[in-house]
Amino acid sequence: MIELENVAYSYGGGELLSDISLKLAPGSFHFLTGPSGAGKTTLMKLCYGALLPTAGHVRLFGADVRGLGRDDIAVVRRRVGVVHQDVQFLDHLSVAENVALPLSVSGRHEEAAGGDLGELMSWVGLTNHVNALPPELSGGERQRAALARAVIMSPDVVLADEPTGNVDWDMSQRLLRLLIELNKMGKTVLIATHDLGLIRATKAHVQARVLRIANRKIQLAGADL
Amino acid sequence: MRLSLGSIRAVFTGDKEADKVVPPSGFTAQLTLFAAAAMAFLAVFALALSLAAGRLAQSWGEELARSATIRIVAPLDQRQVQTDGALRILETTRGVASARALTDAEQQALLAPWFGPDLALSDLPVPRLIEVTETAEGIDAAGLRLRLAAEVPGAVLDDHARWRAPLVKAASRLRLLGWVAIVLITAAVAAMITLAAQAALAANGQVIRVLRLVGATDDYIATAFVRRFTLRALGGAGVGMVLGMLTVLLLPSAGDAGNFLTGLGFQGWHWVLPLLIPVLAGAVAFAATGAAARRTLQELT
Repeated sequence: MIELENVAYSYGGGELLSDISLKLAPGSFHFLTGPSGAGKTTLMKLCYGALLPTAGHVRLFGADVRGLGRDDIAVVRRRVGVVHQDVQFLDHLSVAENVALPLSVSGRHEEAAGGDLGELMSWVGLTNHVNALPPELSGGERQRAALARAVIMSPDVVLADEPTGNVDWDMSQRLLRLLIELNKMGKTVLIATHDLGLIRATKAHVQARVLRIANRKIQLAGADL
Repeated sequence: MRLSLGSIRAVFTGDKEADKVVPPSGFTAQLTLFAAAAMAFLAVFALALSLAAGRLAQSWGEELARSATIRIVAPLDQRQVQTDGALRILETTRGVASARALTDAEQQALLAPWFGPDLALSDLPVPRLIEVTETAEGIDAAGLRLRLAAEVPGAVLDDHARWRAPLVKAASRLRLLGWVAIVLITAAVAAMITLAAQAALAANGQVIRVLRLVGATDDYIATAFVRRFTLRALGGAGVGMVLGMLTVLLLPSAGDAGNFLTGLGFQGWHWVLPLLIPVLAGAVAFAATGAAARRTLQELT
């Protein structure tokens, strides 16, 4: 699915990540943790072609990201659902239209209006907010709407950057259950979080591997969690 | 956004969903419409000016070139004799299609704008004018002058070349000026649309980022903006063109002098030309917005 090989990334002067090798196999569930500023978000962006590595190779679905044109990247994004830390929407469109946006931009309008959307909205508990505008939603509702938008194309991979950052414990559990359910449906999931409680809670339900970024490198955190 | 038949078709067929992704912008949209309309209005006049100047240059250059005037300056009692003499010479001159002396009434009409209608021409030593129409091959002006000098001392041949040349030159310059104005107006429309599109793209940075994130291609995003601005320019310029043409239509006619000076309007098939102005404005907007969108999108991963 997504493969990083000896990847390094530097911003301006300093090197943020170096010599990172990582392979997200189909159906795997990974957590990505580490202190803030360690490069979790950067690593996520490398995984969906928003950033190009300064060294090494990133392969998305078997193709080297450097060889992909802009339209190829767009097509890759239809197979990768991304939930950003600061989720952004088209604020002038309703929540339902925002959730269906990936379908609209890939020319699948008829599905955007279909019954699957209603099912998805009830799955993330936003049935009552279908016609609301994104700025009217609370932090947790925005996160759930973003998750719904990330999965509406039935992507192969779901990347979520601090998806529980703005929500209380109950809500974060609920979001997590959604992600676990997706994983059980065969999706590859990668969640960046610094919430160790969340990781522990997950491990009870699914076999998750924990990756930790420390000193610019990535390590597989063991059973200590 | 590449220039292709498909991308042009996308502007007109459109995609309601794609249209919605760019938030509506009431005030700036009206400014774009207004500017496009104003520019089209001015373009209609620049076009009318160019075409009228072209007609002037042509009529002064060609039609007047095939005419000449002979002035009989003689005391009143000899005027008629000399006039008849000059006409006799003209009858046997190669290159003269016809020649005829103007009547008193005609000369009075010519002078009326300067001296008023009540002038008694018969009391004044006004020279008699003979209007000469030349054939296509033209007359030998120097030869004719020599013959006239020998037989009709009071005759002065004027083949109009002296005053025609600077007028033709002036009209040509005027026509050039009109075309320069059209080029400048086109460039100003391009600059205005670029500014408006750039502002819209900058204001909608979040929209573009979100669209890129969910897998929209550059063409999809660019078309949403290009379509909007192209249709605005097309619509605005259409309104401006119609108003401009109506104004030209309502311009007061130059009356009798119109034959000579030509009115500042369109004649015949030239009425079709202003219809191209909105098309040109739309094409300019299409290209300008496409270029602006391409620049903005290149900065985004």
